[in-house]
Amino acid sequence: MTRHTLSVLVENKFGVLARIASLFSARGYNISSLAVSETMDQAISCMTIVVEVSEEKILEQIKKQLNKLIDVITVTDFTKKEHVNRELLLVKINYSTKEKARIEALLDKYQGKIIQHKSESAIIEVIGEQQQIKQLLEALDQFGIKELVRTGKIAMA
Amino acid sequence: MKLSGAQILIECLKREGVELLFGYPGGQVLPIFDKLYDSGIRFILPRHEQAAAHAADGYARATGKVGVCLATSGPGATNLTTGIANAYMDSIAMVAITGQVKSHLIGNDAFQEADVTGITRPITKHNYLVKDVKDLARIIREAFYIASTGRPGPVLIDIPSDIQLQETEFIWPETVQLRSYKPTYFGHPGQIKKAIKLIAGAKKPLLYIGGGVISSGAAAEIKTLAEKIQAPVTWTLMGIGGFPATHKLGLGMLGMHGTAYANHAIMDADVIIAIGARFDDRVTGRIDAFAPGAKVIHIDIDPASISKNIRVDIPIVGDVKNIVGEMLEQMKKFPDTSEWLKHIEALKKKYPLKYNKEGDKVKPQYVVEQIYEATKGEAIITTEVGQNQMWAAQWYQYDYPRSFISSGGLGTMGFGFPAAMGVKLGCPGKAVFDIAGDGSIQMNIQELATCVCNKINVKVAILNNGYLGMVRQWQELFYKKRYSHTCISGPDFVKLAESYGAVGIRVTKKEEVRPAIEKALAIEGTVFIDFKVEPEENVYPMVPAGEAINRMIEGLA
Repeated sequence: MTRHTLSVLVENKFGVLARIASLFSARGYNISSLAVSETMDQAISCMTIVVEVSEEKILEQIKKQLNKLIDVITVTDFTKKEHVNRELLLVKINYSTKEKARIEALLDKYQGKIIQHKSESAIIEVIGEQQQIKQLLEALDQFGIKELVRTGKIAMA
Repeated sequence: MKLSGAQILIECLKREGVELLFGYPGGQVLPIFDKLYDSGIRFILPRHEQAAAHAADGYARATGKVGVCLATSGPGATNLTTGIANAYMDSIAMVAITGQVKSHLIGNDAFQEADVTGITRPITKHNYLVKDVKDLARIIREAFYIASTGRPGPVLIDIPSDIQLQETEFIWPETVQLRSYKPTYFGHPGQIKKAIKLIAGAKKPLLYIGGGVISSGAAAEIKTLAEKIQAPVTWTLMGIGGFPATHKLGLGMLGMHGTAYANHAIMDADVIIAIGARFDDRVTGRIDAFAPGAKVIHIDIDPASISKNIRVDIPIVGDVKNIVGEMLEQMKKFPDTSEWLKHIEALKKKYPLKYNKEGDKVKPQYVVEQIYEATKGEAIITTEVGQNQMWAAQWYQYDYPRSFISSGGLGTMGFGFPAAMGVKLGCPGKAVFDIAGDGSIQMNIQELATCVCNKINVKVAILNNGYLGMVRQWQELFYKKRYSHTCISGPDFVKLAESYGAVGIRVTKKEEVRPAIEKALAIEGTVFIDFKVEPEENVYPMVPAGEAINRMIEGLA
């Protein structure tokens, strides 16, 4: 399986997200993550969709089928394009003062910060590429991860 | 001028050139029906909403115009869905209009509420829920434009009943502006040049044509191309009529129940020119064994059809008629195919389409042949789905586009009879036959009332074998003759037709076949002919599912 990032500009109308989602489910494509927001033009939304495919042919079909939707304006495949991408992670971990130094060292390395702190837990915010986030999560695992939530990737070329 | 939503709808339909509407009234379309009453638009009331959709579909297929159907909310709309899905799979231009509960009740599980835009999302080219009466005229204009351009398809407009009553200034949008929808009509010049070069050097070229040839109106261009490059032509079920069946370069239909010589020919070809066809699994058989030695040129208006199933060497996206026309203009060198055509002739001799003609039992193939002869090939044939459909495809020779109307992609039993109504209303000068099975005809048999009431002169030839024949055939061949629930009874079709006020004729002997057809044709009105045919006759040749298409079961002869 390979991962590909698609940036899809769509008409900002009700039901468009459902059209995209139902296209993926009807044709059996896998969405790894999906991030949606308005663009500078309020009539247009941008969806960053990360898909997992087993072969190139399926990626081609996904792009073509997306393009067929009347409300889809453009589909850009970032796979072979130079681009930047980021994801925001919120993660709640077990926190104790004796681990404070080690946790802060980790956060320094990944440019994360503690945004909420309670007696035995802390919520950390990190923005980074998916690979970095994955590494950080692996490193945080030793302290015990209680909960995590991610926005899904957004990308720009 | 201020008009209500319902008035705007009627006004827009007229401006779109709609002369005929198939629909069924109900609570949430009352305002529309009130305005229809004296609108001047011809309205046909079928006895089931599904039939309204199929009739609109049949009308669209026969005329090339947009078919329009109308139903109320909830069950009215859900009854349309099979017909909408059917049109979607076969790329038929249709606009379906449904009533919806009042705007403020949407989402409240109101009486006769269903999420119709949600339900129809995967079976429409596009759909709309109208939220503001000011958008209505624009939406209707867009719906007709989207349905009939590019790769055609059904578009649904869901109109809440309060919107039908609200008034607004009526402004007819002269043009349609959709920044995200711009179908490609003209082929890429570089790709066209490459295709011409490949064809010029071909030794064994073959045209494989589909429904795109019909919807694009490219039959004349296809004929010229085939004759110029002296290539044999085979067609899909949807492509029937795209090339004259009686032409010497014609190979008949290919695929699961195609002619053996068409299937062998496409496996032997070195250049396949696929035009408005999509390499459906019923055509290719086992995909990795399909035409291994061939280079493929694929001309289609839908980029998503290209390289979906089969790797394509030269894709050309655009309108088939334009592209083939452009190729014809630029072609200077033509391949020498004399050896190839000799091979094709040998295949035709070696593997003729056949059935056992002995005995005095009524063979379904014989019935179809007799309908062909009696109508001199000038009728429009609709079909149901199953054995009747395949025999109708095999044994009637279709020389004209839009003369074979059949549910290809979805395979909808119950399609043929209501479709025939739409066909006849669209083409009143043509004889229209629905070739049916005794199973399929019972799925929309209530339309006898519509036909009689509206004096729709269609003939229904029921190939009555007492079985759901195609499934029975599979059970015979692949499930050890365990005929699980495929033996089906029916009414006395003659009496049934008579009870509706139509004419019924029963045929039990071979010698009665032709006179019955002649008699039916002479009657100005709806006729059911109940042909009691050989019960366990099979459709051959047949490619078992998942086999290469040249591995056919030939059957007896």
